[in-house]
Amino acid sequence: MENKKLLSVKHLSRFYGHLAAVNNISFHLNKGEVLGFLGPNGAGKSSTMQVITGNLAPTSGQVNICGFDLLDAAKEAKANIGYLPEQPPLYREFTVNEYLLFCTQLNRVEKSQQQAAIDRAKQRCGLTEVGTRLINNLSKGYQQRVGIAQAIIHSPEIVILDEPTVGLDPIQIKEIRALIRELAQDHGVILSTHILPEVQMTCDRVQIINHGQLVYSDDIDHLHQRMRSNSIILGLNNAPIESELQSLDNIDDVEVLSETRFRLSHHADHNPAENIAEVAADKKWGLYELRPEQKTLEQVFVELTSGEVIADEADAEELNGATAA
Amino acid sequence: MMIFTLARRELRSLFLSPLAWAILAIVQFIMAYLFLSQLQEFILIQPKLATIENAPGVTELVIAPLYGSAAFIMMLVTPLLTMRLISEERRNQSLALLLSAPVSMSEIIIGKYLGMLGFAVIMIFMMSLMPLSLFFAGTLDGGLLITIVLGITLLLAAFISLGLYMSSLTAQPTIAAMSTFGMLLMLWIIDWAGGKADAAASGLLEYLSILRHFEAFSIGVFNSSDVMYYLLFIAFFLILSIRRLDGDRLQR
Repeated sequence: MENKKLLSVKHLSRFYGHLAAVNNISFHLNKGEVLGFLGPNGAGKSSTMQVITGNLAPTSGQVNICGFDLLDAAKEAKANIGYLPEQPPLYREFTVNEYLLFCTQLNRVEKSQQQAAIDRAKQRCGLTEVGTRLINNLSKGYQQRVGIAQAIIHSPEIVILDEPTVGLDPIQIKEIRALIRELAQDHGVILSTHILPEVQMTCDRVQIINHGQLVYSDDIDHLHQRMRSNSIILGLNNAPIESELQSLDNIDDVEVLSETRFRLSHHADHNPAENIAEVAADKKWGLYELRPEQKTLEQVFVELTSGEVIADEADAEELNGATAA
Repeated sequence: MMIFTLARRELRSLFLSPLAWAILAIVQFIMAYLFLSQLQEFILIQPKLATIENAPGVTELVIAPLYGSAAFIMMLVTPLLTMRLISEERRNQSLALLLSAPVSMSEIIIGKYLGMLGFAVIMIFMMSLMPLSLFFAGTLDGGLLITIVLGITLLLAAFISLGLYMSSLTAQPTIAAMSTFGMLLMLWIIDWAGGKADAAASGLLEYLSILRHFEAFSIGVFNSSDVMYYLLFIAFFLILSIRRLDGDRLQR
């Protein structure tokens, strides 16, 4: 995979009066990468996307798209971007085919390539069957797909999708996620969402934004590491008394969840699972559950956005430096 | 050409909505009624006219008043046509499609303007078919007819530029329509106050009146200063619209 910078954003700020919607954000996007933009409602995700796509002028900062500055060379920069806003920008009185044709013209696709571009976008977004139908008569899910088709129709280097799976049914969500992965093969994708599993499933890199500031930016693998916690859930049908569990090797603390389930905290470096299994088998405790507990992404998210884990920021920055190099 | 792509889209959208068809039909119906009643009157007084030397012909007596009424009807109809130009896109949030595409603000505004102007030309052509049909019955003053049609086209083009600007100010089509109508009516009647005020002020008010400049056309006078008035009027409101749309990005 070529490590080419498609988009670089430097010290971007956007104020509404005194309110900072986006406050001094810097990040970049590489080719072949899905960057997840995560944050609670009103965190500044959409504002950031609007600035990058030229829908909103930044108060300060720089946006560089494929080597073109968004303000100095707006047309060249915008030609490399496909954007799906929160609300798909559709002309509902048009049929899907007419609308997509207009989009190719709008994005200056060569006349000879227009039909091919439309066909490819329709095929990728599963719109082949509905080409002649009015957009107004399509379901929300299909309208969303038309919105995505519009964003990728001119094969832009960067595809920016603002909450693309909102309002879709689970099957459609799965399809859209697969499509995003597919797009990442030859585009760079920025995906904004507040649905955490979506980020886990589709993104290579995650950025968490809160109150207009970037609070976390890292590889998805590191995020997974961060989600690991030092506890085990243990289920025993013939449970012994609590103190017997406590006396096992490397166990710090035992929490009783029910008559047969326990949460065991252990040292970070020693995983006692193997030992527990052996002991349980020896003493016929009736082991039926033994699994390492994971923090959910939700918990990590809340930790980060509520500002509890500021101590780890230096840590995160170090990792950032490592990935940037 | 990006401007024409945008203009074509605008015109197509218009004809995909029932509003454009309804307006075309209703305007045509009213114009036909006015045309026939004017013609009826002309036929009644025709014997008397024959006795007068240098009597006014059918062009002066039928066609000129007809376009005079058309100008008034256009003032009522234009707000309905232009109200959705930008406000509706803003409300549907489809403006993002244009703003994130490689097109400039001026291209967006001029494209939309030309699309609407295309509709106006169609409307004028439709109503001009009626006077043109008189060619089969006799002779017309061709020069006068051309001047009048040019005049009403310029008038309507000016109406539309104002309507476009009003539409760019709001996300509510009805508000755009109402304020366009208010502005047009104001410009229409602004010279009524002229008589009572002092000469300099009344001259200015007369110059501002959008109708005064049309009156010259309707008696067959092609005055370049009238043409300039309309062109300046149009350019003024187009530039304001471009700046307004640009302002959307800067602050909201």
